[in-house]
Amino acid sequence: MQSSILEDTIVTLLRLAVTNLPSDVSEGLERALAKETNSTAKSQLRAILDNIDLARKNAIPMCQDTGIQIFYLTVGSKFPLLHQLPLIIDQAVKRATQEIPLRPNTVDPILHKNPGDNTGLYIPWINWKVVDGSDLEITALPKGGGSENVCKLGMLTPGQGLNGMKKFIIDSVIEAGAKPCPPTILGIGIGGGADICMKIAKEQLLRPVGQHNPNAKIAKLEKDLFSAINETGIGPMGLGGDTTILDVHIDVAMRHPASFPVGLAVQCWAARRASAIISKEGKVTFTSHEV
Amino acid sequence: MPTYDLTTPISEETIRTLRVNDIVYITGTIFTARDEAHERALEWSKENKALPFDPSGLCVFHCGPIVRETESGWEIVAAGPTTSTRMEMFEDKFIEAFGVRVIIGKGGMGPKTALAMKQFGAVYGAFTGGAAVLAAKAIRRIVSVEWLDLGMPEALWIMEVEKFGPLIISIDSTGENLFEQISTNVERNRERIYKLAGI
Repeated sequence: MQSSILEDTIVTLLRLAVTNLPSDVSEGLERALAKETNSTAKSQLRAILDNIDLARKNAIPMCQDTGIQIFYLTVGSKFPLLHQLPLIIDQAVKRATQEIPLRPNTVDPILHKNPGDNTGLYIPWINWKVVDGSDLEITALPKGGGSENVCKLGMLTPGQGLNGMKKFIIDSVIEAGAKPCPPTILGIGIGGGADICMKIAKEQLLRPVGQHNPNAKIAKLEKDLFSAINETGIGPMGLGGDTTILDVHIDVAMRHPASFPVGLAVQCWAARRASAIISKEGKVTFTSHEV
Repeated sequence: MPTYDLTTPISEETIRTLRVNDIVYITGTIFTARDEAHERALEWSKENKALPFDPSGLCVFHCGPIVRETESGWEIVAAGPTTSTRMEMFEDKFIEAFGVRVIIGKGGMGPKTALAMKQFGAVYGAFTGGAAVLAAKAIRRIVSVEWLDLGMPEALWIMEVEKFGPLIISIDSTGENLFEQISTNVERNRERIYKLAGI
């Protein structure tokens, strides 16, 4: 397989992600609008839905913050271009920055310099899972800064437990208020360790809106938090209303007996993501969007 | 809700008639400024260096747009608001130094900004966060760009707009702050929410 197939596919994934919101998210927003009782909130949800529509029709990024580029790869150990993937992804991000275009969002924290191509130290960030097989499954998750700024880590004690987790999440959402562009999607990781729960939390943002954890006990936690948080009155854009979050996605890892780590990843309404599977022969199937 | 069409430069008198929850559309000149542009503008003002354009009576837009350079000049692609609270540490001095009348952004601002708005006559207008294509539709053209060395998102983009909005006035020149009202309301709900969540 030629590396150009892979590069083209990644550019397409980024284009799909930033211009065409997955239908599970826009349907979630539509359901929220149908239920909303506050008139300012309705005006905000309508503006969001109009904006999504315009972005889709004109193939323009729906939000000017096209994020930091994060990728999730599940790659078969026999996939032919395994070792070249970081380089190909880097090239694709540079091209996408020009062609779509994406906002150049990578800034060197020490030098204050922006190279202008969305790449640089550690970025684009790649999450790897190597499995048996020969296919590559790749998801692009352009992650905006406003919602990233309110992500949180809570190193709770086992005594605080699940009730402590709920309180930590509710308090964090209240503290975040309007900042992450509500209605948001919450990804929550419980257990593991400081880095592990944050990683699990962010990975939950890949799950479609409306899909619960298959474990009934975890699904109940998701539902309880969802209804409670939508009673805060924060509302779309923090201007008040019944719609503060679109969904809650939780997953858990084993914890150390002394720890109860909780990670909270917050995603704005522009919950952009796009996925594809590429076979070893170079056959591409887009799984998040109809292409 | 009362709706107003305002044209820049906007007078202090006009601004002082606006109230929280009013809806405003702007026609005329607005300019983008984020963290670094605020910081540099205030440094220049301290050194008595004039800005590259006259900001008095204009609107500041907390926005780092996507722009494209074409043969005929700069073209706006997407331009929604960024989170305004990051500029809370600069905005009171910015309003005082430059006489801007409308701060456009998302998420609201704090008491220091509200006090400056009361003192000098300015308002905060919330634009739907992330609605970058809607915003771009109301931008007629880019007049000029300054301080591009700060990078595309942080540069000062001076733009001509037509019916830019709807902006929901959420801080007015009497010191009313819609975001503070909502946050008081949320605080009142907090214990009930804990109970609802089964804590």
